[in-house]
Amino acid sequence: MSVVTLQMGQCGNQVGGQFFNMIARDTFDQSLAKCNVPRQTNQQFIDDVCERFFSQEEGSLKARAVMVDMEPKVIAMTTTEAKRSGLFQYNNKQQFCQKCGSGNNWAHGFLVHGSKCSQQVMDLIQKEAEKCDRLEGFFTLMSLAGGTGSGLGAYITQCVRDEFPHSFIMNQVTWPFYTGEVIVQNYNAVLTLSHLYQSSDAILIVENDQEQKICSQLLNIKKISFSDINEVIGHKLASFLQPAKSNNLTSNHLGEMLEHLVPHPEYKLLTMKTIPFMSENNIQYSAYQWPGLVKHLTQMLIANASMEEGIDWGVKLSSTGLAYNKSMANSLFLRGLDVNTVDVSSFKDGRLYPSWLPSEACLASWTNQRTFNKYEKSASLVSNSQTPLISLNHVIDKAWSMFTSRAYVHQYIKHGLAEEDFLDSFACLEQVIKNYKDL
Amino acid sequence: MTQSIVVQVGQCGNQIGFRFWDLALREHSSLNKTGLYDDAVSSFFRNVDTRYSDPADIPVGHGLGKIKDLKARAVLIDMEEGVVNEIMKGPLRGVFDYKQLITDVSGAGNNWAIGHKMYGAKYKEEISETIRRAAELCDCLQCFFVIHSMGGGTGSGLGSFVLNLLHEEYPDIYRFVMAVYPSHEDDVITSPYNSVLAMRQLTDNADCVLPVENQALVDIVNKINQANPKLAERKSSRGHVKAGSAISTGDGGIVKGKDEKPFDSMNNIAANVLLNMTSSARFEGSLNVDLNEITMNLVPFPKMHYLVTSQTPLYSVSDVHIPPRRLDQMFSDAFSKDHQLIKADPKHSLYLACALMVRGKVEVSDIRRNIERLQSSLKFIHWNRDGWKTGLCNVAPVGQPYSLLTIANNTCVHHTFSGLRDRFVKLYKRKVMYVVYPWKNNSKHVSQHI
Repeated sequence: MSVVTLQMGQCGNQVGGQFFNMIARDTFDQSLAKCNVPRQTNQQFIDDVCERFFSQEEGSLKARAVMVDMEPKVIAMTTTEAKRSGLFQYNNKQQFCQKCGSGNNWAHGFLVHGSKCSQQVMDLIQKEAEKCDRLEGFFTLMSLAGGTGSGLGAYITQCVRDEFPHSFIMNQVTWPFYTGEVIVQNYNAVLTLSHLYQSSDAILIVENDQEQKICSQLLNIKKISFSDINEVIGHKLASFLQPAKSNNLTSNHLGEMLEHLVPHPEYKLLTMKTIPFMSENNIQYSAYQWPGLVKHLTQMLIANASMEEGIDWGVKLSSTGLAYNKSMANSLFLRGLDVNTVDVSSFKDGRLYPSWLPSEACLASWTNQRTFNKYEKSASLVSNSQTPLISLNHVIDKAWSMFTSRAYVHQYIKHGLAEEDFLDSFACLEQVIKNYKDL
Repeated sequence: MTQSIVVQVGQCGNQIGFRFWDLALREHSSLNKTGLYDDAVSSFFRNVDTRYSDPADIPVGHGLGKIKDLKARAVLIDMEEGVVNEIMKGPLRGVFDYKQLITDVSGAGNNWAIGHKMYGAKYKEEISETIRRAAELCDCLQCFFVIHSMGGGTGSGLGSFVLNLLHEEYPDIYRFVMAVYPSHEDDVITSPYNSVLAMRQLTDNADCVLPVENQALVDIVNKINQANPKLAERKSSRGHVKAGSAISTGDGGIVKGKDEKPFDSMNNIAANVLLNMTSSARFEGSLNVDLNEITMNLVPFPKMHYLVTSQTPLYSVSDVHIPPRRLDQMFSDAFSKDHQLIKADPKHSLYLACALMVRGKVEVSDIRRNIERLQSSLKFIHWNRDGWKTGLCNVAPVGQPYSLLTIANNTCVHHTFSGLRDRFVKLYKRKVMYVVYPWKNNSKHVSQHI
């Protein structure tokens, strides 16, 4: 079952490059001794990965990806980096770019570029989809702050939904830095999310601020560059998209995962937490056990922490006291040694979930004996919970205060958007927030 | 990759433009070691085959063609021949095509009305034709850069006429204007009249205006000269400024040291602003900022498009023992009033938006750290408290390991404009020089401009 990746805009392409790099390194670059599985199982794993993410063309391994950007520089850079890694390549024919960018303008990306380029982009997607034996779904990588990723990304997601009504679509959106990367990022974010909510099956949120904290505090990187941040994002994405099996031996295909994680169409926001994270030097000196990892991960979920340092242990699962993070569904991915011995009952606690959901059904766990990316044991949690509410509220507040002064609105109206569209988007997101708050 | 056309009008405009082309060639030649005509070079230059009398344009193609001969995508306009002739006699003459020049003999006499109405009408066809030719040679034209002064006659009058023309004929192409405003003690008496009359055109027709004041440039050049010992007496002291690293120098360009004119160091600073603004659009980086993103993010309301710029560092120090706090110092300096290109203090006024265009070896964590540090000392408007736009270009400028260009929409520009208006009103009250502006039919027309 294959997944076609769509990389939209500068951010999408850069994250995509690191994502495939991480998968390729984990799959092809690990010595058998470190993998903890017999040769045959490893070979089966490699075949699964190749079927899922790569296609064998002209003798080399090509990523199942379509790269879209409104200016050519980033696609060129990503393709060159892939070639340099020697593990995989991007197909030159599966790239679409124009000459001038979208100018951080959602309306420009959605209305102007959308109508102009959608036919060609859909042709490329169609071609990539036809190469798959069995198409599972689409994985779109985009940012919320810019013009192409957010605007064109939202438009293409709509087109893909119309063209492939039975496939699953998961959008990974990159939330911009709190203190401004782009001034109109709040407008772009509000407009994008409201449109994605209609056409996408799940929206996976990744926040730049949190990834940067992981880089600085856990990985001890002094001068953090965007490629460091993207490596962390790639690691997190690969940790749950790499093949794994559940208790009844079904594989973690995109559809299976999303069916579990998004039980209700009004609740589509997903977040990821992965532990452990440490710099290469520290890995050989640490020994950690599953109970410890599980405990940390549970508390991270309850207290809304994004990494294993600085967790607030004061938050407990009780109706009195500090409010804790409620979830709709959780998927746990365990990889490495002794995964069969792990006790995951702490995630099945009924208090984590709303009363109208049966708590046994809320947790799905997937395991794989094969170690992931040099970590002896690693655990990843993808949850549909109230975590994104804080950032979402923040973005909507800022966008609204800008909107009341009508600042920058003329730039969007120039390209065909109307004030009603803004108001609709605000209303849609307010509804989402209310739904999650009432969990 | 998109192309831009530079339209230089009047003496000031052409002198700044001349420095701009020199520095652009210097930048591209230091980066492009293989001599291949790629997208980055094509944004400002055309590759031509000079064997034909009308040099044939060679397109970028797959980016592997060698550079035969470069022609600037420029249109040079001046109503007196002196400046343009100097350029065409000088070492850069090969870069300009004689068909890109529009000149007259007598000049505009420091009179906006002569520049705008008389020469505008006379040369409208020719200007339109020349620009059209330049535009047709572009694969994907994204913006016009218009450089002119506000105090003179040709620059302000004909410059604002050209802006009007560009707005009518190319409404979708962005128009960036670098306008040199007269300082308090300006040598041209009618400069307030010319400036105010031209302002109207700028407010209506430009997408973005970067005001520059001569006084500010003089101060910056003096600051650099204080730190920079003369080349003759090279002292080996600590903190010695690396030769050729100051933003006011044209070292390494085609024009040699002895040919440098007095205004050249000041014009180099202004030219560097244009280069750094377009660097992210021309070269690769981890967070690209295209020119349309600048207008999108920094112009919240259509008429408020006057942006204050500042450039740091002014020079780089050659002593490697100086610790790397220089980077944080660069960010702090960018907001001090000594580094702005107009005489204004942005720290005491309200910021509507601010863009940081960083070049060179700076990472996103450095930028984040500095934004957090500076956020508390700057006042942002309530609906845009985190109004920062950041851009990261991997390619460093010539002579420095990194640089920062700050483009801000800040209310401190109103000081410049109210000063201008006061000087205008003072003259107008006395009807000074009124008789030489015969096309100004009535005073209502004038008061509109204020």
